[in-house]
Amino acid sequence: MNNFFAMGGYGAYIWTAYAVFFIVLALEALAPLAQRKRLLADIRGRLKRREAREAKP
Amino acid sequence: MNPLLLWFHKFGAPPTAYHVAGKIAPWCYGLALVLGIVALYGGLVLAPRDYQQGDAYRIIFIHVPCAWMGLFAYLFMAANAFVALVWRIKLSEVLAMASAPAGAAFTFVTLVTGSIWGKPMWGTWWTWDARLTSELFLLFLYFGVIGLHAAIEDRRQAARAAGFLALIGVINLPIIHFSVNWWNTLHQGQTVRLMGPSKIDSGMLWPLLTMALATHLWFFGSMLVRTRVGLLELDGGKDWVRTIALAEGTRA
Repeated sequence: MNNFFAMGGYGAYIWTAYAVFFIVLALEALAPLAQRKRLLADIRGRLKRREAREAKP
Repeated sequence: MNPLLLWFHKFGAPPTAYHVAGKIAPWCYGLALVLGIVALYGGLVLAPRDYQQGDAYRIIFIHVPCAWMGLFAYLFMAANAFVALVWRIKLSEVLAMASAPAGAAFTFVTLVTGSIWGKPMWGTWWTWDARLTSELFLLFLYFGVIGLHAAIEDRRQAARAAGFLALIGVINLPIIHFSVNWWNTLHQGQTVRLMGPSKIDSGMLWPLLTMALATHLWFFGSMLVRTRVGLLELDGGKDWVRTIALAEGTRA
C-alpha cells in the first residue's frame, strides 16, 4: 500500500495533480447550485416588493 | 410546420428545456462518477509503469482528458454561440454561456497538472513554448467570455457579445492542436490518434479513454445545471420561474 502512495518517488506530484483535478471540478459543479439559490431568492424578493407596492392604496 | 421544427420549438422553449435538462443532468454526473472511478483504478493501479517516465506519467490520465475537454467545451460553446448569433435562438445563447465555466475549469486543471508533470520530467514548472502559451491563451479566452457576459446588464445582449468573442477565439483551437507539430517544444507529441495506431500501451489507453468519456459526461452534467440557472435568469419575470421560486421559498 505504501508502495502505491509513493508512486515510485513521484507521489507528491501525482497526488497534488489529482487533488487539483478533484477540488476544481467539485467547486465548478457546486458553484451553479449556490448561484441558483441566490437567483431564486432574488426573484422572491422582487415579487414581495411588488406585492407590497400594489397593496398600498 | 415540419416535425423537426416542431420538435425544436417544443424543446427549445425555456420551461421544457429546463425540465429536460433537470432530468438528464443527474444521469450525466452519476455515469461520470462511475466511469471516473473505473478509469482511476485502471490508471493508478492496473496500468503498467512507463519505461521512460516511471510512475510520473500517471498524471496523463487526468491531464489529457482535461485538455481534450478544454477544447471540446470551447467548440461546443462556439457552435452554440454561432447558432445564437445567426438564428437568435435563446436556448443556444444559454447553452453557449453555460459551457464556459466548465471549459475554463478543465483548461485550468490542464495547465496546473501539466505544470506539476513538467517539473519532474522537464525540470521546470513552466516554459513559454507554443503549446503551453496557446493553452494559457485559451484560459484567458474563457475568462474573457465569462467576464464580458457578466459585465453587460441585458442578458441577451451579454450573451451575444460574449458569443461573438467566443467565435473569434476559435482561431486559437487549431493553434493549440498543431502547436506540437509546428514549433519546437518541450511538450511531447500526440500520443493518442483518431486515425491510425496510438503510440501507447493498451493497458494505458483504456483508462485514458474511459476518463475522457467520464469528463465529457461531467461537462454535460455541469453545463446542463448551468443552463437551468441561465434559463431561470433569462425568464426571471415569467410565471413558470415565479412558480419555481415560490415553491423553493416555502421549502427553505
